[in-house]
Amino acid sequence: MGKIMLEVNQLTTKYVTRANEDVYAVDHVSLKIEEGKSLGIAGESGCGKSTLALSLIGYYFPPLHYMSGDIIIDGKNISGLDPDTVRKSVLGTDVAYIPQAAMNALNPTRKVYKFIEDVIHAHGLDMTNKDIYDMAHKRFEEVGLPEEALLKHSVELSGGMRQRVVIAISTILNPKVLIADEPSSALDVTSQKMVIKMMREMMDKGMVKSMIFITHELPLLYNVTDDIMVMYAGQIVEKGTAKQMVFDPVHPYSRGLMRSILVPEAGTRDVKLTAIPGTPPNLKHPPAGCRFADRCKYAVPACKVNAMPIMEFEDNREYRCGHSVQHLREVYEHEDRAE
Amino acid sequence: MKTELNNEAAVKAGPNTEGMNQEQLRQLEEGVSLKIDRNKDFSNAPSVLRGEGVTRIFTTGKTRTVAVDHVNFNFHKGELISIVGESGSGKTTLSKMLLGLLEPSDGTIYFNDQVRDISTGAKKRAYWKGIQAIFQDPFSSYNIFHKIDSVLEDCINLRGGKNLSKQEKYDMMTEACSFVNLKFAELTNKYPFELSGGQMQRLMIARIFLLKPEILLADEPTSMIDACSRATILDMLLKLRDETGMTVIFITHDIGLAYYISDAVYIMEHGKFVEQGPAEKVILEPQAPYTKRLISDVPKIHEPWDLSTVG
Repeated sequence: MGKIMLEVNQLTTKYVTRANEDVYAVDHVSLKIEEGKSLGIAGESGCGKSTLALSLIGYYFPPLHYMSGDIIIDGKNISGLDPDTVRKSVLGTDVAYIPQAAMNALNPTRKVYKFIEDVIHAHGLDMTNKDIYDMAHKRFEEVGLPEEALLKHSVELSGGMRQRVVIAISTILNPKVLIADEPSSALDVTSQKMVIKMMREMMDKGMVKSMIFITHELPLLYNVTDDIMVMYAGQIVEKGTAKQMVFDPVHPYSRGLMRSILVPEAGTRDVKLTAIPGTPPNLKHPPAGCRFADRCKYAVPACKVNAMPIMEFEDNREYRCGHSVQHLREVYEHEDRAE
Repeated sequence: MKTELNNEAAVKAGPNTEGMNQEQLRQLEEGVSLKIDRNKDFSNAPSVLRGEGVTRIFTTGKTRTVAVDHVNFNFHKGELISIVGESGSGKTTLSKMLLGLLEPSDGTIYFNDQVRDISTGAKKRAYWKGIQAIFQDPFSSYNIFHKIDSVLEDCINLRGGKNLSKQEKYDMMTEACSFVNLKFAELTNKYPFELSGGQMQRLMIARIFLLKPEILLADEPTSMIDACSRATILDMLLKLRDETGMTVIFITHDIGLAYYISDAVYIMEHGKFVEQGPAEKVILEPQAPYTKRLISDVPKIHEPWDLSTVG
């Protein structure tokens, strides 16, 4: 077992709405990532994926508030630090974050290498601008970006190139954890593949020690990350390796997600595509029992009463459901046979 | 922390179905699942929309952009066609020409085997009785000052139901809403922005149900909707096609989705159709290099994803 790069224990954060209501968007989330590993987070929009990312980098500006729990990056507990300290001492070196629309955030009036100078200066490192340029050049070469990109303005670059430049800038200080929130969703499939290839190379070369990859695209997660975690209404409902999650999901919601995958492969046309009826619960007043119970095909009256803790089963897998794993598997097997 | 909670008695008792309507019950029982008849042959079906050498050129100053470059197509009655291409391939320009919102620079479009004539406003309105569209973003598809009632009433009026009594109109609107699993009684007197994205997109389909056009052009109708509710929207579109014999033109960049639902697929690159034919053939035995690249660049589940093909 490798060194643990990121450990999160029972992290809870909330949004406070204008009417002073609490919305727990991240509710007792625990996770662990070892060195050299990547974790994918999947779920439908509004399930708390992006809020989890913001919470992990300590971005606690209203309306987002930290409630409880620990975030430990390589032995250093960063939970509860104020956002300013986090920006100066944690962002960039311990954890780097690529938000959804990162590539549009580059200032169009400045050249790309200037942004790298900014990063170095913000961390108070003693380097001349020449040193910084050489370092940036070397890094760009390593990740397969042309040197010209450094001397251009961001508007002169294509979308895929811009996104790769942003990733290179944010990881210039070799962060221990890279959090990528839908880094490739706005791109064409070919550019997406280039971005993914670059991120994989950075992991392999140790420029980034571990990664959290957030997306709603399951085929992508399956190909990129080692483990997958499914979130629903602010909670983790299932966790396992990518293979286990795609071919043997246990939680009814994960199963629903996995059955909505459409890929251009022989045989997919014969699979029955199913939808999960209904909408997620309103988190202002979360249901007392299982949060998925209202949409669950296998729900029983007790599900609406008893809130379930997340439970371990088999090797390092976890799920949150009132039914036993064996029972769920039997039901699924029966259904598959009926088709 | 291995805890095992098992409500054996409750498990045997079955789901708690208290307070659910018939549709919800049915959905819980069998799930919303798509059943598609794969064995339809459209080669002998009458053609509803046909294009010969359709071209659109945009000029700004000295630059000349050929957005759509001499494309030929033939869409049959009741067929589900997907036009697949990446951003900038010209699929939106083509769809605007099909809808009659843009004039082609060159080429002819035939509607029901007649040369399409949309030279006057009245002729345009007549053409729009035959072709309707659903757009990608349901949030910007509605007039925010119009209530849901008037959105639907406009459709009835357009179909010549102007002189129907209030009750008759109400019944028609209720029927249209129940077709898409919405309750009209709950929607009446509300504005579209009070609905969720999925509900708005379903209301769009309710409009199409009332209008019953011969052709429906759907421009990425599910790309802003979660994957788990995508099947619901697709299911309704397919149901509509089966009931009214409508032709559906699906514009998408999602090749997996196109493969799953369509009868015919057209692959578009730089304003040209580089490949066209039955979905099975185009996706599983692609001939054009562009199609091959597009398919190999999509992450897959059963086949390995080769990252070495990109620079």
